[in-house]
Amino acid sequence: MAKSKITEQLDSVEEYERQPVPESKLKSWKSFLGMYAGEHTAGTEFVIGPLFVAHGASANDLIWGLLIGNILAVLSWAFLTSPIAMKERITLYYLLEKISGKKVTTVYNLVNALMFCFLAGSMIAVSATAVGIPFGLAMPTLNDWLPNSIGWIVAVVAVGGVTTIVAMFGYNLVSKFANIAAPWMILVFVASAIAVLPELGVHSFSDFWARANDTIWTGTPLEGQSQFTFWHIMFFAWFANMAMHIGMADLSILRYAKKWYYGFNSGAGMFVGHYIAWMASGILYALFLKETSFSTEFAPGPIAYRAAGIAGAIVVVIAGWTTANPTIYRAGLALQAIRPDWKTWKVTLVVGLITTVASMFPALVMKLLDFVALYGLILMPMGAVIIMDAYVIPKFKLKQYYAETFNKSANMAVVIAWGVTLLFSMWLNFSFGVEIFFLGLPGWFVAAALYLISSYFIQKNKVAGGAE
Amino acid sequence: MKTLLKIVSLVGLLTTIVPSFLVFADIITLDTNKLLMILGTLLWFISVPFWMNKKVE
Repeated sequence: MAKSKITEQLDSVEEYERQPVPESKLKSWKSFLGMYAGEHTAGTEFVIGPLFVAHGASANDLIWGLLIGNILAVLSWAFLTSPIAMKERITLYYLLEKISGKKVTTVYNLVNALMFCFLAGSMIAVSATAVGIPFGLAMPTLNDWLPNSIGWIVAVVAVGGVTTIVAMFGYNLVSKFANIAAPWMILVFVASAIAVLPELGVHSFSDFWARANDTIWTGTPLEGQSQFTFWHIMFFAWFANMAMHIGMADLSILRYAKKWYYGFNSGAGMFVGHYIAWMASGILYALFLKETSFSTEFAPGPIAYRAAGIAGAIVVVIAGWTTANPTIYRAGLALQAIRPDWKTWKVTLVVGLITTVASMFPALVMKLLDFVALYGLILMPMGAVIIMDAYVIPKFKLKQYYAETFNKSANMAVVIAWGVTLLFSMWLNFSFGVEIFFLGLPGWFVAAALYLISSYFIQKNKVAGGAE
Repeated sequence: MKTLLKIVSLVGLLTTIVPSFLVFADIITLDTNKLLMILGTLLWFISVPFWMNKKVE
């Protein structure tokens, strides 16, 4: 009886995968504010902030790099993602199917879902470092790629299991939980950092800048870590969520917005999560390095616990959880777009299992900056395709939604734009040593140009012939 | 009742953040701050589900 009731409830989760979101289901700006603030004040912030310290970011580069990079990210959400979301009100996956065809979308969705699984996996791993504290779990180090103990595997399976079950109940539950936790999480981040400042030699506000430069963001990388500059930080901040804004994955979320300018609500996530929380977690890590004589152990849970006690450990668990939830949900949508008849909750369950397995590997945490940049880069070309299809293709008197219009299963213009852009990016990386953080910007223009040129040659005879 | 719950939530948030400034000002210890933070956490999570998100959008 109870089992059938739960199944019924899960089956009733309707997320409008293949139809525009109806007017009655649109959400107010508050819903997006909570969603963005919660989602970007995440477990991964406890990794990214410290990794900036490990990569030798200077205080000046950090302050300015994050400011400009985050502004660019908010503008990308507001002026690129939101207007498309208002116009279409469908998921990225369904829109891509209309433009690029079923086959291309299937490949894209598989890649996308896998990337989301890895990302959610890193968040679960971060939460597990806090869950393991009472059990004396041996924590991973900066050099660990593989699971270092059975205890570690048990911890990530426990966190991954709970996260998956919550995600199975859909977006509303996720949104509500993020809303509830967000204000508290942010304050714990800030409080933890302020409380340990005296131990870093900051006894008054006037001390802060001097200690920021000589104790926290010293400008000297840890052994084995590359040197970060202003440009690394700015581009990382801008492109940390490239798949979601420029890459258009947040069409799935912003299609619920009443107005296009709700995209600016992403600022809540950027300036609270990707500014204050990154700085706060960097401060906590600087104290850890000072106390351990630059230990290579890298575990956000114990670091937060050292500064804020049980509340610190709980915030690491919940911060990881509230971000892993929507990420698993997004991955589920990506897979469901391949087989729309699959139930949302069953897809989410499969995605949750893959995510949990991925989270067993600490490499996801230790190489998070590179992974985040790679994930944005791989998915970004489709965002360029969508923008060109919406605004530029009609100006060339070509047809939008090529695959749907001409009943094609694969739009070769999209294949060329995606594939050649990634090859071009690899060429820049391997031949000229351009780091992964800088490849997204030139890549977007290459993808846009390739899509327009390819579309012109593919469509010119069809459009001239009056095909519909 | 709802107003009272909101006040409890606010007290929870204040109990989470304010003591850290007191540690910074060397008025309380870090351990006291940790205790107050967990108290603030409890107050927040016990009270907030009863008023936040109650209106289904």
